[in-house]
Amino acid sequence: MMMYLYITAALAMMVGMVLLLGRLISGPSLYDRALAVNSFGTKVVLFLCLFSFIIGRADGVDIAILYTLMNFIATIAILKFFRYRALSGPLTPLPNSKKFDDLRAADNQSGES
Amino acid sequence: MSETSHMEAAPDALHDVAHHGAAIGWDSVLEWGLTLLSGGLILIGVFFVLAGALGLLRMPDFYTRMHAAGMTDTLGAEFILMGLMVQSGFSQMTFKLLLVAFFLFVTSPAASHAIANAAHKSGLKPKLGLYKAPSINEIDEHGSA
Repeated sequence: MMMYLYITAALAMMVGMVLLLGRLISGPSLYDRALAVNSFGTKVVLFLCLFSFIIGRADGVDIAILYTLMNFIATIAILKFFRYRALSGPLTPLPNSKKFDDLRAADNQSGES
Repeated sequence: MSETSHMEAAPDALHDVAHHGAAIGWDSVLEWGLTLLSGGLILIGVFFVLAGALGLLRMPDFYTRMHAAGMTDTLGAEFILMGLMVQSGFSQMTFKLLLVAFFLFVTSPAASHAIANAAHKSGLKPKLGLYKAPSINEIDEHGSA
């Protein structure tokens, strides 16, 4: 009885993943793709939880915890890389850092325009 | 403990069988209630997750897409995890599912905010004004309006 519900929900997660793949392939901008990847990761986490209930083992939920945190870090890393073109350095410009002064100025300019 | 209560309830159950034809114990009522509760929560969560995926695919603009995905993903995920928590009872599994729910609840809005902030800073403009969906005649052979 509950098994059918788990399998139905897992299949619905897979349908949602297919819909997100459509947006991931045809996204006009980078940010659509980043958003689709983030949402895809959330659905993978839910699928892992349901799958560990289907097969009756608790291991999938551990991987789901890991995947949640990895998904967040991956999203932030993608956004940071495509904004600063480098993964080194602080995420926000430090008050007295020479290195990010021009980046901060460019940010302020693009925000005002 | 359940065995002793079962043995004490045995004469009552026989009494029920004699009078009503079927024994209705509180255990089966509780089990069916838990099944209905967790099933309803999981189905609500599946609805929200599918609605979010469909909105992410079909909305006209990046910011509306982000609204559809960011809102419904968090809510649907919390509903599905709540249904699984109800089903697994008081166990180690519930604690792990609670951890997953907590991390999703914290990181999903933060990631949505980061994506929206990055898009806004990069100068991506939202579509303003009345949106008119492209009709089938305006779509060229490349599939775009």
